[in-house]
This record gives sequence, C-alpha cells and structure tokens, in this order.
Amino acid sequence: MSHATISSPLAHHFDDLEQQHGAANLGMWTFLVTEVMIFGGLFASYAVYRSLFPEAFEAASDKLLWWLATINTVVLLSSSFTMVLAVHGAQVGNRKFLVNGLLATIALGILFLGLKFYEYQVDYLEGLIPIPGWFSGEHFHVPPDDPLFLGHVRLFMVLYFVMTGLHAVHMIIGMGILGWLVFKARRGAYTPEHHPQVELVGLYWHFVDVVWIFLFPLLYLSGGGL
Amino acid sequence: MSVSPSTAPAHAHHEPGFLGKYVFSQDHKIIGIQFLFTSLIFLGIGGILALLVRIKLAWPMAEIPILRDYFPDNAGVISDTAYNMFFTMHATIMIFFVIIPFLTGAFGNYCIPLMIGADDMAFPKLNMLSYWFMWPAIGFAVAGFFVPGGHAGAGWTSYPTLASGSLGVGQGIESPAFPGSGWGQFCWLMAALLVGVSSMMGSVNYITTIINMRAPGMTLFRMPMTIWAMFITAILQAFALPVLTVALVFQLMDKTMGSTFFLPPSGLDFGNYHSGPGGGQPLLWQHLFWFYSHPAVYIMILPAMGIVSDILSTFARRPLFGYRAMIYSIAGIAGLGFIVWGHHMFQSGMDPRLGTGFMVATIMIALPSAVKTFNWLGTLFRGNLQFTTPMLFSLGFVSLFIIGGLSGIFMAATPVDIKIHDTYFIVAHIHYVLFTSSLFGIFAGIYYWFPKMFGRFMSDKWGKVHFFLTFVLGNFTFFPMHILGVAEMRRRISTPQGTILEGGLQNLNIFVSISAIALGLVQIIFLINFLGSIFFGKRCTERNPWKSNTLEWSAPTPPGHGNFDIPPVVYHGPYEYGNFEGKADDNLMQTEKAVGVLPSQTH
Repeated sequence: MSHATISSPLAHHFDDLEQQHGAANLGMWTFLVTEVMIFGGLFASYAVYRSLFPEAFEAASDKLLWWLATINTVVLLSSSFTMVLAVHGAQVGNRKFLVNGLLATIALGILFLGLKFYEYQVDYLEGLIPIPGWFSGEHFHVPPDDPLFLGHVRLFMVLYFVMTGLHAVHMIIGMGILGWLVFKARRGAYTPEHHPQVELVGLYWHFVDVVWIFLFPLLYLSGGGL
Repeated sequence: MSVSPSTAPAHAHHEPGFLGKYVFSQDHKIIGIQFLFTSLIFLGIGGILALLVRIKLAWPMAEIPILRDYFPDNAGVISDTAYNMFFTMHATIMIFFVIIPFLTGAFGNYCIPLMIGADDMAFPKLNMLSYWFMWPAIGFAVAGFFVPGGHAGAGWTSYPTLASGSLGVGQGIESPAFPGSGWGQFCWLMAALLVGVSSMMGSVNYITTIINMRAPGMTLFRMPMTIWAMFITAILQAFALPVLTVALVFQLMDKTMGSTFFLPPSGLDFGNYHSGPGGGQPLLWQHLFWFYSHPAVYIMILPAMGIVSDILSTFARRPLFGYRAMIYSIAGIAGLGFIVWGHHMFQSGMDPRLGTGFMVATIMIALPSAVKTFNWLGTLFRGNLQFTTPMLFSLGFVSLFIIGGLSGIFMAATPVDIKIHDTYFIVAHIHYVLFTSSLFGIFAGIYYWFPKMFGRFMSDKWGKVHFFLTFVLGNFTFFPMHILGVAEMRRRISTPQGTILEGGLQNLNIFVSISAIALGLVQIIFLINFLGSIFFGKRCTERNPWKSNTLEWSAPTPPGHGNFDIPPVVYHGPYEYGNFEGKADDNLMQTEKAVGVLPSQTH
C-alpha cells in the first residue's frame, strides 16, 4: 500500500496529506492513551501496596541509588530538549540540525540506559533483585513483629523492576525508531511540509520522559531516610 | 474519496499474489473475513467444550468412547480436573476468541470503512498486525491442552487463589497445587496477553478511522448505530485493556519469577501443599481483572446492539426511533461500565459500604438499557416488518436481551447476590446476554452483510429454520438454569449437589444437556448454509439487495480494493425510510439528496 507511491508520501486510502497527518497524530495519541492506562495500572498497584505496607516500601526505597536516578532525570530531560531541537530542525528544513538532534537524543538515551544498567548491577550486588537465589534481605533491619517484612520489600522491588524495566523497554524501542529516523533524514525524506514521523516519535519520546517523571519520585524519593 | 473512476488507474495498485491478497492482506475487508472464519472455527471448538461440560453435569459417570484416549485412567469418564479445564477454556475461548473477534474483529474491520465511506482503515499494516497477533494467542490457547497438567482450570477469571498455585519460590512453573495451574495457566496468561495486544491495535485503528476518515458530509450524527457502537467499544478497549495487561503480567511474574503480587501474607493452602508466606493481596487481581473484564462485557454487547439497531430499522422500513437517545444511551452504558466492576466482588470480602456504591451504579445501567429497548420497540411500532433471517435474529436479540437484562438486575442487588452468587443463575444470565443476545446479533450481521461480503445470498429458508430451532433450543437450554441456580446448583462444580439430587432437579439438568446438544447440532445447519452459500448461494448482483440506506450498499458487490467506485457524499442520516414523492422505493440512501421533508423529521 504505502509502497505503491514511493514518489509521493500520500498513502492511497487518504484524500490528502492533511488527513493523513491527522490520522497519524490521532493514532499516536490513542496509542499513548493505552500506554497511560498500562502505567496507570502499575501506579494503582503501587499505590495499593504502598498504603498497605508503608514501612517496607520506605526501607526498600532507601536502598535505591537516588543520586544516580537524579542524574538520570537530568539526562532524560535533556534528551527531550534535543528531541525538540530535532523536530524544530525538521520544521525549518535544516537537515543537519535534524540529524544532529536525533543523534544527540540517541546518545543521551544510551547514557541513561548505561547508568540504569550500572544501577541494576549495584542492585544485584546488594541482593535486591527479587528472583529466587538472587535476593537477600541481609541489608534490611527486619522488625521483629513483622515476619512478612521482607516479602513486602520484595514486592516493592518487583514493582521497581517491572516499572523501570518497562520504561527501559520503551526507551530501547524509541531509540531504535530514532535510528531509523536518522537513516531516513539523511536520505532527505523529511521536508518542512511533511515530517509526521519526526513529530510522532517526538510525542512518544516525551511520553516516555513523562513516565519517568512519575517513576522517579514514586520509587526513589518516597523513602524515609531522604 | 480520492479513488474516482478516472483517477483509479493512476494509483495502479499492483495486484498482490495469493499470499498478499488472502493471507498477509492489508485490505480491511479481507482482514474482516479472516477474523470471521477464525471466530467461526473457535465457535465450534468452544461449543464442543460446552457440550462436554453439559455431558458431565447430566451424566457424571458416563463413559465417552472418543475420550478414552484422552483419559485412559478412567475409561473415558470426564474427570473433575478435565471438567475444570473444559469450562475454563469454554469461557475463555468464547469470550476472547469468538465473541470479541466476531464483533470488533470481523464486523468492525469489514463495516467501519465501508459504512463511513473510507477506502480503508487509517493504518492498514497495523490492521494486518492485529489479526496476526491472534495466531500466537491461538497457539498458546491450543497448546495449553497438551502441556503437563492440562490446560488452565481456574475459571476464565483466573483468581490467583486457584490459578497461582504454583507459587513455590524457585520451584519452577510446574504446579504442586492444582493441575492446570502450572504450564496450563501460563499458556492461558500468554494467550490472554496476546489477544489483548491484538485488540488494542484494533481499537487504535477504529478510533482513528472513525474520527479521521469519514466521507464528505458524514458528520458524527449521521453515522449509523453500528459505527457509533464500534467507536464507543473501541474507546472502552483502549482504556480498559491495558489494565488487564498489567494484571496478566503480574500473575505471569508470580508464576515464573516468584514474586508475590497476589499471594496473601499467610500463603495459600492447597490440600497437602502450602505455598509459603507471600506479601500481596489476591483482591488486587480481582480489582485489576474486573476493571477490564466488566467493560469487556459491554465490548461484547454494544456492537451487537448497533448492528441490531441498523437491521431493525432497515427491515421495519421506519426511521430508527430516538437516534440520538440511542447514541447517548450507548455512551451512558459505556461510561457507567467503568465504575461498576466491584459488583463482581460482592462476595470477595470487599467493604460492604463500597459494595453499596457499586450496587447503585450497576442498577443505574438499567436506565440506558431500557432506553435502548423501548427505542427498538418504538422503531418496530407500526413498521412495515419484513421477516427476513437477519430481522428474525434481531427480533430474537431484543426479546431475549430483555430476559438477560432483567436477570442482571437481580445480581446487581447485593442481598440477592449473596444467595445466587456463583450459582447457575449467573450462568443463565451470562448466556442470555452472550448467546441469545451477542451471538444472535452476530448471526443477524452475518446473514445481513453476507451478500456484500461474498456476492451471494445465504439461503433464507434454512436461515429461518436455523433461527427458529436456535431460538427455541436456546431458551430450553438456558432458561431452566435460572431454576437450577435458585435451587443453589453451584457453577463450576462437576457433580450435581445435594439439593439438586434430592429435589429431583437432576432431570432438569438432563433436559438442559439434551437441549444443549440439540442446540449444538442445529448450528451445523448454519455452518452448511454459510459455507455452501459462499460457492452455491443465489447470486447477488445488486448493490443494495435489502433496499438499505447506509454507504456500504452504495459500493459494488463485493467491493473491490479501495471500496467505492463512486466517491460517496453524504446528505443525511442513515435511517430515512418512508414514502418519498416521485420515488418508487421507500428508502433514501445516504448518498441521495432529499426532496421535501425527511421521514425522520415527521414522526
């Protein structure tokens, strides 16, 4: 279908480019709605368990490297900025600006994931990964009246890994698409009138950032010792 | 649309090969028909599972020769474990692989672009992907029958107290607790997860297409009810499904990684095996699950309501009564549908004060439902009824939906629910709503759009035989379940219990089972009619065989790639049936300009 007209970006089943862009935009927003609901389900579960087991969640949160996450927040927000620059480059038709913006965004994404995986490694060494055999509660002060304390700590750690893991998966997918955009942008696929993919990937990237803005305080800053 | 006769060759769609045309097709009509066939196959599988359930309930010790290979230990007698597996997979398949793919997959895909005057869905590749995500799901759903321990047996709700029995930390997935709660449950979770992804892709496509791709003049309030219902259903799916996805992932992690999301602090006792202490809450699963699965109930009925509204108006030759009220009531049902999930949990240890709120909200759904029912009756009133097969199924839908809706109000009231919860009363209710309503809507839709899909008619005579037998036997099968339920026959228990046997009600159980088997056999008539008519049915050369008004009937039969040879322009709503000056026909298609006052404005 879309290959039918390589010379024109208009797919056969649309009337005009305006309609095609509108559809692409709405499709992306609808997709982001489903994403919001996925993370919404995670946040709701987090809220339930945090209100049930506040002590264990605070203790577990204190074990996370909040300073590293702070650096990562800055890195990720900067990547949003470079993404905006790339979109601007596409809008004004400056290909170099566009490509460099995309490459900077990918670089910052790699930096974020690198720091993240360093953090996961520290978590592994600390025995925080909630997999049988990898988890040890030796760093926790277990209250004598709460035999299930470590179980709740594990629950926090599972939530932590599911949420940050899902976020990381989103970043990896996003970086893959950004790489594809670089490839296409170098070939001059984007004009100031027609660059919907750049804008849509921008939307997606900002969404991934916003998710982190919620994850960061929930997971790292909700401890008791900060 | 852009493809007008003069410019069509310039687009030069190169003809795709067989694989591209029928297997990896991006054409919404082919994808719709793919969903149709897939759902039909699974309707057969789900139906056979239902009959096995019924055989066990009527004749618990019967030896079934063909099952001797499957159950060598007990000479073909259906074991309790197998019974659990059968009813679990009957429900799972009927919900995830039959009703939802029929309504949103088959009819959604086929009808949306045609009825709004678009060439195709907004995202054809995504559309193809949404179909092909069904197959890994089907793979898991089928593979589960052959894994050690058998398929999932915890009911389609998969409450973790039954389903997460494999929770020995580090002991792998194989379950020491219930058979089927190990690999079988794993397969169940993966199948549901993948079906969900498929549905989410579909819903993104439907919402975008309906908002963005409508023909000139097709304002929102000129859309047929089918499209409105599909639109609101897609919104329900987009908002509710991701939450189920989260819950499924949690249960998967409980099963594979030893997390304890749904394992209570005290752990769970499974006969001679104790799971060890957990730290989570089984109730959280119920909240997350029903946050999706209650809206899913409306996902399974709203499109059928839309289809039936269109068919009733067409064959009553009258404008749909209260068009806007119909739209608002669908929206009302959908909106309320999001805040009533707790009514599935009255017996789950939820705070009774919270239960009251859920009860009130649930009973409020009766209001928009009643609006719809009265409007259907208002459409029929003084109509010039044509009793075609699709019309008969639509009339059957309306009459039996009333029974199913009324029994729903019983369960919504907490005090009543305490008695009838988990009895056959709720089995009767869900089947009146899903079988005799949703499936009747599906049958009506198949008979109605079949000429457009395949260029031939289904046999009307055999269609009527199919309808009358299905109507009568459907009631024979499902109505006695109310009585059995009030007599406290528990659902999901494989052997009939005390009061049933003492009160002589086991005969009723046998009656239900015989009716169910007959009901199953009657569907063979439909199957032969459906498959035979594709090749040997009466040819339909007209564009508009039913003298209907909506846009799909202005396209060629069957529509080619790109759908419309004449780009449709819409001048009015879809329900203008009545007498027109200087016009022999009593319908006015949406593409025809009106002369004088429209019928919908006069009554």
